[in-house]
Formats: sequence, structure tokens, C-alpha cells
Amino acid sequence: MGSDARVAKSAQPFLRVRSLTKRYVRGGVLQKRIHVDAVRGIDLEIPACKTLALVGSSGSGKSTVARCVTRLERPDAGEIWVGGTDIAGLANRALLTFRAAIQMICQDAVTSMNPRFSAAETVEEPLLIQRRGAAKQCRQSALEIMSEVGVSADWANRSVMEFSGGQRQRLAIARALVLQPKLLVLDEALSGLDLSTEAEIINLLLDVQAAHSLTYLFISHDLPLMARLADTIAVMCNGTIVEQGPKSQLLSNPSHPETKSLLLPAKIFQKKYAEMLGVSG
Amino acid sequence: MKYLLRRLLRAALLLIGVSALCFLFTEMAPGSFFDEMRLNPQISPETVTALRARYGLDQPLIVRYSRWMASVVRGDFGYSIAYNSPVAPLLWTRAKNTLLLTGTATFLVWLIAVPLAAWTAASHGRWLDKAAAVVSSVLISVPEIVIAIALLALAVRTRLVPVGGMRSLGFQEFSTWGQIQDIAQRMVLPTAVLVLSSIAVVERHVRASVLEVLQMPYIQAARGLGISRTRLLFRYALPVAANPAISLFGFSLATLLSGSLLVEVVTGWPGLGPLILDATLSRDLLLVIGGVLLSALFMVAGNFIADVLLLAFDPRIRTGESHAN
Amino acid sequence: MAGDLSEELLRVVNLTITYSPPASAPVRALRDASLKINESEVIGILGESGCGKSTLASAILRLLPSYAHNDTGSIVFRGSDLLTMTEADLRKVRGRAISLISQDPALCLNPVMKVGDQIAEVLRAHLAIGKGERRRRVEELLQAVGFEQPRQIYSAYPHQLSGGQRQRVVIAQAIACDPALVIADEPTSKLDAALQAEILSLLSEIRKRRGTAFLVITHDPTIFPGFADRIAVMYAGGIVEAGTTEDIFRKPLHPYTQALVRLSERYLTNSGETKMRFPMIDGEPSDSTRVNPGCRFEPRCVDRMHVCIDSDPQEVTHNPSHRVSCFKYGK
Repeated sequence: MGSDARVAKSAQPFLRVRSLTKRYVRGGVLQKRIHVDAVRGIDLEIPACKTLALVGSSGSGKSTVARCVTRLERPDAGEIWVGGTDIAGLANRALLTFRAAIQMICQDAVTSMNPRFSAAETVEEPLLIQRRGAAKQCRQSALEIMSEVGVSADWANRSVMEFSGGQRQRLAIARALVLQPKLLVLDEALSGLDLSTEAEIINLLLDVQAAHSLTYLFISHDLPLMARLADTIAVMCNGTIVEQGPKSQLLSNPSHPETKSLLLPAKIFQKKYAEMLGVSG
Repeated sequence: MKYLLRRLLRAALLLIGVSALCFLFTEMAPGSFFDEMRLNPQISPETVTALRARYGLDQPLIVRYSRWMASVVRGDFGYSIAYNSPVAPLLWTRAKNTLLLTGTATFLVWLIAVPLAAWTAASHGRWLDKAAAVVSSVLISVPEIVIAIALLALAVRTRLVPVGGMRSLGFQEFSTWGQIQDIAQRMVLPTAVLVLSSIAVVERHVRASVLEVLQMPYIQAARGLGISRTRLLFRYALPVAANPAISLFGFSLATLLSGSLLVEVVTGWPGLGPLILDATLSRDLLLVIGGVLLSALFMVAGNFIADVLLLAFDPRIRTGESHAN
Repeated sequence: MAGDLSEELLRVVNLTITYSPPASAPVRALRDASLKINESEVIGILGESGCGKSTLASAILRLLPSYAHNDTGSIVFRGSDLLTMTEADLRKVRGRAISLISQDPALCLNPVMKVGDQIAEVLRAHLAIGKGERRRRVEELLQAVGFEQPRQIYSAYPHQLSGGQRQRVVIAQAIACDPALVIADEPTSKLDAALQAEILSLLSEIRKRRGTAFLVITHDPTIFPGFADRIAVMYAGGIVEAGTTEDIFRKPLHPYTQALVRLSERYLTNSGETKMRFPMIDGEPSDSTRVNPGCRFEPRCVDRMHVCIDSDPQEVTHNPSHRVSCFKYGK
């Protein structure tokens, strides 16, 4: 590979999704089969170290996109290019290297954690599963990452159930980072948190992104919040992307009604706030 | 509806499978009815062969099985070699006796267990709950045979109730009321054994289910809206707690014919149990299969009824296939 | 907003509640909380997890678990103390004069009963009206909360409805008997941002049409402007500041309130090109098992002083409508 190829590679987006489609089928042997398109013809791109926010209301299909990108589900059609490989159709065995590169953090981390594990055990688990070294090494790496995300070392052996909501989210981030991923998919990772906890986690995510050169795919229903974190925003409605572009463009000049309706809460608050304080605010 | 049809189809397939297996197993058991005869020097080998041919025992397996299946469908369960009479009427008289016993026992068990369970769940932690827990632990730990023998001994010693059999001598001369009394008295012992050995399990299951439901947020929410305690228990808690209980009830129904073998043998109740036991020991093939098939029929029917009840009681299953979203 | 001489509806006086669960250290969930709600007023309680706001909500209708004890205080509703009422009298208040809307609507509805029947149950428990009349009222209520097809919705089961629809059903249950006060515990937290606006405008409308008072409990201050008349801010079991909505947003006094108001401005700033960090509050949420004196917020406070460590701040009246408990303002 010459220097030309290297230059071309850095201009390539880290994640590129083309025509992604996922269907669900209801019914079986004795029932009529009904096909439901959860997601249809999704195109999106995220340059390396940037953040794309995929926003939409419940049922728009955004979580399905997340699951397809992390290959928790296999898409029915389309391509998912990670680096130079299309992982959409890969078999499970071939996916192993990519599983470490793409990690997911969900809403309410506690439901994704084994309640019998301690904090340290939860974070080191992925290393043990992928056999990245002896048990002692794995534990050491886990503790390092935990201190980076702000979980104190004396809490390492406490059960995950003893942690508060924000702390558990930190553990989830630590667990995701421990395999040194390149892409982090955050599926409503900020929903259900107190305002101050949300702020802490957002700041942590921004720090971590800079420190580890991560690319983020953020899934959320809160467009105004995403505007403060993302570079580009894609709006989903009923399984397709209805508007997509740099965040400044979407915020100042939304064209699709769905985008406008997602921006509504912020607009209402701005209006009421101004009313309440008198026009000068 | 389609849900029920699928269940029905599955039930039918199950029955066919069970009968085939039965047939096969009884074939595989060593020895046949006629082995003893052969050992008897007074009967000539030719007679034995002729008898075997007469009963169709020299035909290949498949032929015997298909001939039998054909006749079963017609309602003819074949011929019992040992009793020298058609199988069906034999089974039926005995089955009626068993059903009388187990039916009464099951009815009593559920009649007592459900309200008791609801009561202990509602008074969780207090003395009633604790006392009931101790009693049910004891009942669960003691094997059925021990309960049977203990009660039998008690009955014989105290002569409170007559023991053994279903009817006294001279039964025919009793008046109708006298006959009922007689049977009822003789039923006390075996029914008591059955009730005592199965009530604890039912009570625990229903109690656990009600307890779990009482913790659910919607009960608190309803309480906050001013719904009365009784209404909460009966209209809000029990219907949801019913789910696991209904499955258990289906299981009770399923074992109506097969669950009382031990008790019948020990207390001498002339039910299906002792009949099948004897038939198995004497390799009376068709009687055994007939009996097992009848039990299997009840088992499958019991589970099917449980499915129907679940469908009737839980709208989530009923409408599960048609979400508004 | 100014000078409404409405009658007092509910008054919480110095309420203290301790949880003593078996096999755990006792927790002081509420300390000396005092609150006043007038007729048709909307009071907001602002606080984060563990501040005691849900305890306060449940305490008013005495729906706390058996291991919760109220050590001191009273809750006076229209002249009677709710804490000393008999269970029978209390049942007449619940759902009739005061209703509670709990957090997650998916969990608060009976899964095997039609939603229409569930609303009818509330009517049945309190009003002596016949079945036909009940049905009619339920359909009216369903329409009032925004359903266009009340008949269809009546026969639906909770699992057949969307999150927003379930929330509307729960609201219909709460207003069925036209209560004077509705306590809404995090009414919008589990909803999408777009639905939040709809539900809030529904609650506003109910207040306008029926004159219902609301006690809205939330961790999100952005729902208050244009809706709540007064706000009480809670931290670690105590009310640290209380005032009109305008007071709180325009001139927050307590450092905690100031931090929360700053955070709520996330919706105000327009897009910059760089990603913006959020203003944070240092430290961990407070440990509620702590029993020694000292301001609970002190470990995280940017303005903390020596006196804050040893003694509890008393309440100071900054101006007639605005109270705060902080040493910065005296005492």
C-alpha cells in the first residue's frame, strides 16, 4: 500500500452504511406471514473520531439500526462498511475481530449486567471472553479503565447493584472501552438519568472520545440534547431517514416535519422561558 | 382460534406417539402371557401355539399395532387375555372408581388451597402465614406412602371409618342413601391421603404467585386511587396470579387417572391403578396399553383444558398476536 | 400570578420520615419538609434521585411501605390531618379528593383488565352511579384526555397501547372523580421528548378547565416555565429553596438550585460548532444514612464555608415569596 492508498484511507469514513434493510416476520406455519419493515434503505456515514446522532421517536427503527450495526442482528439487505470490510453479511466466526472494534452501551446499564458480579468482574469480563491475557492482566486493565472513568478503586469489589444509576453507566462505559474499540454505539445511553448525572456522563463521553480517538453513533429521541454533542444528525421516521446533515444546518433550517416536531420541546421551553422572565430573559 | 387448533393438533399427535411407544415397550418386556403356560407340563405345546395364534400373538409387530389402532378408533380396545373379556368395559368400570376418588380429592384440594393461599399471602409474615408454612413443609417432606400407611393404621386402630374396598358386603340391600353413605365412608381414607399429599404443593404455588402479584406497582397505584382491599385482592390481584395456578390446575386434571395408583393399592380402592398393576405383571398386553392410553388421554386433555382456561383468563395471550402498534 | 387570594388546600408541616428496612441502616428520607398548596395552584418539586420527592408524594396519601415511620409533622388537608385519619376515611380521600399518578404508566395499570373498566373502577369506588352512567363518564374522560376514539380505547388492554396512550389513561383515572389535587410523580420522564410537551399541555388544560391543583414532581426543570406557579427544590430529604417559578429561574439563591438552572439551559443555547461541555456538580449524591448535623449539600458546594460543615442552615425568608436554607443568606 503506497502513500496514496493511505491518504485515501484517512479520508474514508470510519463507518459507512448503505441501503440497510431489516424486516421482521410475524406468523409461522399455520398463520399468514406478515412482513414488517423495521428499517428500509438506510444510508449514513460517520468520519473517524466524529459523532453522528440518529434521532427519532419510539418505533422509528433507530434501535434496529443500532443492533444491525453492532451485528446483534443480521440485516436482510444492505452494506455496513467498517474500515475496509463489509460486515453486513459476515458469518459469526469472521465477525470476532469486529466485535471488539464495535461496542454498544444501552439505556439503563444495570439490565445488561450480571447482578452477581462485582464492578471489577463486570469490566474485565470482555477481556476474559476474548482471551486477552492472563486473569491478573485482565483485572489490571479493568482497574485502570475504571479509574479513568471515575469509579474509585475501593468500590471495585462491590456488587454492581450497590452502584447508583450514574455510576453504573460509568461502569458500562468502562466495560465498553476495555477492548479498545474504535466505534461506540450509544443506544439511549443518557435516557432516564438525572440532569446532573447526565451532564457528568456527557462530559465523560466527550473526554473519552478525545482520549481514545473514538467514533460515536448516538441513538436518542432528544434532538436538542444531541445537538450539543454531535457533528452530524440524521432524523428517522417510520424506518427511513427523512433528513440528514451537519447539525448547524438541521437546527437553523429544519425541512422535514418530523425534525421540526423533535425540535419542538426546546422551542416551547425557549418561548416559555422568555415569557416567564419578560422579553429580556 | 388458530392457537387452539394448533394445540389440538399437537395433542392428537402426542396421543398417537404415546400409544406407539406403549405398544413397543410392552413388547420389549421379557416374557409373554403364555410362558407360564408353556412351563406347565399338562398343557401341550400345540395348544399354546394354537392359543397364541387365536389371540394373534404370532403376527408381526406392525400388523398387530395397526389392527389395534384401527379398532381403538372404533372404540374397541381389544381383548384382555387374563380376564377373558373385552378391555374397554373393564377399564371403564375401574376408571369410574378412580375418577370418583381423584375428582373429589382434587376438588377439595383446590377448594381449600386457593382461599388459604390468598389469606396467607395477604397476612404475609404474621402467625397464620408462619403456621401454614410449617404445616406445608411437613406435608411436602413426608412421602405419600408414609401418609397412606399412617392413616391406614390410624383408621384400623380407631375404627372411625371402614377400610378396604369400595362397597361393603350386602351393598345391594342398602337403600340409595345407605349406598351413598357406604361409599362415602370408604372413600374418606383414600381421599384424605390424596388431599394431604398434594395440598401443600398447590397452596405454596398459589401463595407465591399471589405474593408476587401483591408487590406489583399497579396494585399500589390502584390502592392510591381508593380501591377497597377486597376488590384489590379479587379483581386486581387474583386474576393476574391465576396464570401459574391455572397451569398447575391443568396438571392436576392431567393426573386425575394416573396419580392415585399408590393410594389405591395401599387402601384397596378398586380403581384403575391396581388393574394396570396386575395387567403389567401378567403381561396382559392390551389391557396395559388400554389403561395407559386412557391415562394419556386424560393427561393431554388436562393440559389442553389448561390452555383453554389460560386463553380465557389472560387477555394478553388472547390478543398477543394483534398489537395496536 | 400575583396576589391570588385562593384558599389553602394542603399544608405539609415539618414532616420527617425515616425508613427502617429490616437488615439495613435506617435512612432519613424526609427532614422537616414544609409545603403549602392552594386551590388550583401548580406546585413543582424539583430534585434528583434520592432527594425524598417520591417519599413526599407517597406520604401525603400514606402509601409508604410498612417500614416507613413518620417521626414528626402533620399533613393538613381541608382541615383534617391526613396522618391521623382512619384507613376508612383515608380511602375516601384517595382518588376522590387527592389522586396520585405514579412514575411508569406501563407498570401502573392492571394488565388483564380493559383500560375503560379500570377507569370505571375508580368511579365505582367513590360515586354511587349506575353502570351505564359510569360507562358514559369514562368515555367522556377518555375524550377529555385526548383520545379521538373513546369507544375503541375503552376495550383495549394496556399492552395494546403506546406509552403516551397509557399515560393518558392513567391521567384519566386520576381525574375521574374530579379531585382537588393531583400529585404527578415524574409524569414525563419515561416519554419521548415530543410526547412530553403533549402531556404537559394536557395537564395545563385540565388545570384550566377543572381548577385542579397539581403537585408535579420531577428532576427536569424545563417543564416548569409556563406551567408551575411555585417551585420547591429538594436535596437529601430537605427543601433547600422555595419560591415562584420566576424567582427560581431568574434569581436562584441556593448553589444547588443555581447549578440545576444552569443545566436546564441546555435547551437555550443555539448550536455552536464545537461540542460543549456541560456544567457539572462535583461529587456524589449525598449519603442519606448520615445523621450528624451539617448542610447536606456542603461536600459538593462551590460556595461552602466552615460553618456549613457543622450546623444545619435554617430557613431564611429572602422575600415574601422566596425562602432558602443556606448560610450564604444569613443565620
